[in-house]
Amino acid sequence: METAWVIPALPFAGFLINGLWGRRLAKKFVGWIACGAMGLAFLSALRLFWILLQEAPSLRFWEPVYYTWIRVGDFHADVSFLIDPLSMVMILVVTGVGFLIHVYSVGYMHEDPGYARYFAYLNLFASAMLVLVMANNLLLMFVGWEGVGLCSYLLIGFWYEKRSASDAGKKAFIVNRIGDFGFLLGIFLTFWTFGSLNFREIFQAAVAGFSAGDAVLAGITLLLFVGAMGKSAQIPLYVWLPDAMEGPTPVSALIHAATMVTAGVYMVARCSVLYALAPFSMGFVAMIGCTTAVFAASIGLVQNDIKRVLAYSTVSQLGYMFLGCGVGAFVAGIFHLMTHAFFKALLFLGAGSVIHALSGEQDIQRMGGLRAKLPVTFATFLMGSLAIAGIFPFAGFFSKDEILFETLMSGHGVLYALALGGAALTAFYMFRLVFLTFFGESRLDPHAAHHVHEAPKTMAVPLMILAALSLTGGWIQLPGIEGGRVFGRFLEPVFHEATAILGHHGAAHPPLWLEGALMGVSVAVALAGIFAAYRWYIKDPQRPVRMAQRFSRAYRWLFHKYYVDELYQAAIVDPLKQAAETTHQWVDRRLIDGAVDGTGSVFRSLSGAVRRIQTGLVHHYALSVLAGACLLVLFVMAL
Amino acid sequence: MAVPVHYYIIVSALLFAVGVLGVLTRRNAIVIFMSIELMLNAGNLSFVAFSKALEGLDGQLFVFFVMVVAAAEVTVGLAIIVTLYRNWKTIFVDEVRLLKG
Repeated sequence: METAWVIPALPFAGFLINGLWGRRLAKKFVGWIACGAMGLAFLSALRLFWILLQEAPSLRFWEPVYYTWIRVGDFHADVSFLIDPLSMVMILVVTGVGFLIHVYSVGYMHEDPGYARYFAYLNLFASAMLVLVMANNLLLMFVGWEGVGLCSYLLIGFWYEKRSASDAGKKAFIVNRIGDFGFLLGIFLTFWTFGSLNFREIFQAAVAGFSAGDAVLAGITLLLFVGAMGKSAQIPLYVWLPDAMEGPTPVSALIHAATMVTAGVYMVARCSVLYALAPFSMGFVAMIGCTTAVFAASIGLVQNDIKRVLAYSTVSQLGYMFLGCGVGAFVAGIFHLMTHAFFKALLFLGAGSVIHALSGEQDIQRMGGLRAKLPVTFATFLMGSLAIAGIFPFAGFFSKDEILFETLMSGHGVLYALALGGAALTAFYMFRLVFLTFFGESRLDPHAAHHVHEAPKTMAVPLMILAALSLTGGWIQLPGIEGGRVFGRFLEPVFHEATAILGHHGAAHPPLWLEGALMGVSVAVALAGIFAAYRWYIKDPQRPVRMAQRFSRAYRWLFHKYYVDELYQAAIVDPLKQAAETTHQWVDRRLIDGAVDGTGSVFRSLSGAVRRIQTGLVHHYALSVLAGACLLVLFVMAL
Repeated sequence: MAVPVHYYIIVSALLFAVGVLGVLTRRNAIVIFMSIELMLNAGNLSFVAFSKALEGLDGQLFVFFVMVVAAAEVTVGLAIIVTLYRNWKTIFVDEVRLLKG
């Protein structure tokens, strides 16, 4: 489709307008430009989607080439897009959820002096993210990959006057650089192996020339996955995401929940053929994903900052997506990516609405009883929580259940048990959040309690739309019924090759009763988590305190996030700083500065010896001229 | 009855020596200047003497050049001395030694 370029170009134009002239434009105009660019991008994406649907499923694959960026010998890297069902899903999620969050931001950021700067960054982010998901080669994808990283940095440190915010921005950038380095090495190895970076060419060459389990493919996929670990906040590179909550809340919703952090999952799904040919990497991805899912969920149990709980929840849900991809259920992974974008954006925006109402309060221990005062926020937040907990018939139920189901079906019993436990933790911490925020006695600061107000329309309407999506978003994958699993059939052409290599799935669907029974188990586990949260935080509010005292050691470990930040500080940051300081002292100060200063002082002392000749007295100069003349005469005469 | 050429040469050499001594020993910039003029004119004298003795016009031509150069040099030199006096209230060259190393 030739006009696909307008989709990333529209937000980029918005970025240029707001970035160059935003400060001189009226606030209203800035908001209209930013939201209008996103809205038009969403409409263009819908149109593209419609045209894509007209094609036969096997023909839904376009590669419009706009410009040959690099051409060296046989190698060429193009500015060229790849429009297929997978990128279409991502484009719709990015533009659709992005548009809602832009609209929400108009209300949320209304008082901020950096209004135009905020929208310029947000538009730039959307543009870079669209380039990332639409790229048809790894190099252009990397351009978008770095672009979203830059915007993430800029928006985390948006309130740069605050020390913690600028620190968090730097942390996010540096941790991401580690991942990006792996990603870049993966690109190099891909080029070295295949001589091309175009996805289609790579996959064809891989299927034709390599058998499953080839070491080179394992190397490529593992290196690419290092990039995904950084961008999608997986162990061990997840540490930046909780700190990224220093940014404005809509940013957390858009970048650090719905879109950017899912780039790693998208990349793994995009390279599904390579991963399918590298069973070791698949196992690694599944293991990392599952571990992260449970690990982050356990930290989320005891955090008190509303946004941090959601941040750990995001890390955990990303783990589920990787688990899905790792066991070969790419459709389930992408499905969860999409539903997660709906309900996590909703939860973050809901949290933003609470924070907005309480004039900046983020500590859930100092909230409570907000149900009556914030009815819209409460209702939508509750729906988001039900969705993430995995209660039928909310979106999260279908997607998470599909991941769990596929995990068990692919024979990963241990991972299934762990992931199921993680689901219980998810339900528990989410409803702990709901109960502490909206139920019980008000523990508000009396000063803040005075101002509590429901969100304005620009904030409430996106919440309602996202809540509706969180409810209905999962229905497109309703299983069992003939003609069902619409989402899976839509994506089937993309993952066709990978599933063929992996050799399971396909015609032999497991019996319906087994699927139903496993669904029952998932819902039962989620309900158990919710019930436990109810017992702890509504029925007997003293119980958490007693438990924290009884298991004080475990509580401390969880509360301090397993001391991972401290570990990294002591094991990596401090030694590096020490090494830098030593290098500075010895190499810079002594060696380099010493050489430069030494050159200077040698010439200084040499010149000190001869400078006495210059007396400044004209007589002396005249005398030396005379002496010279006499010598010349003598010389000539001697000849 | 012509004066032999070596008489001129001796006078010229004496004049030149006086000039050199003046430049080397006097402190007053104007006197040094006059001494330089003496040296130039010592040169002129020998030019003219040889021109006459060798019956060629080249030497006399050179003298004109030297006189023009000397005139130009005087204007520049005197301007420098005036400026020096304005700024330093002295024309003694040994008191002006900013270029001392």
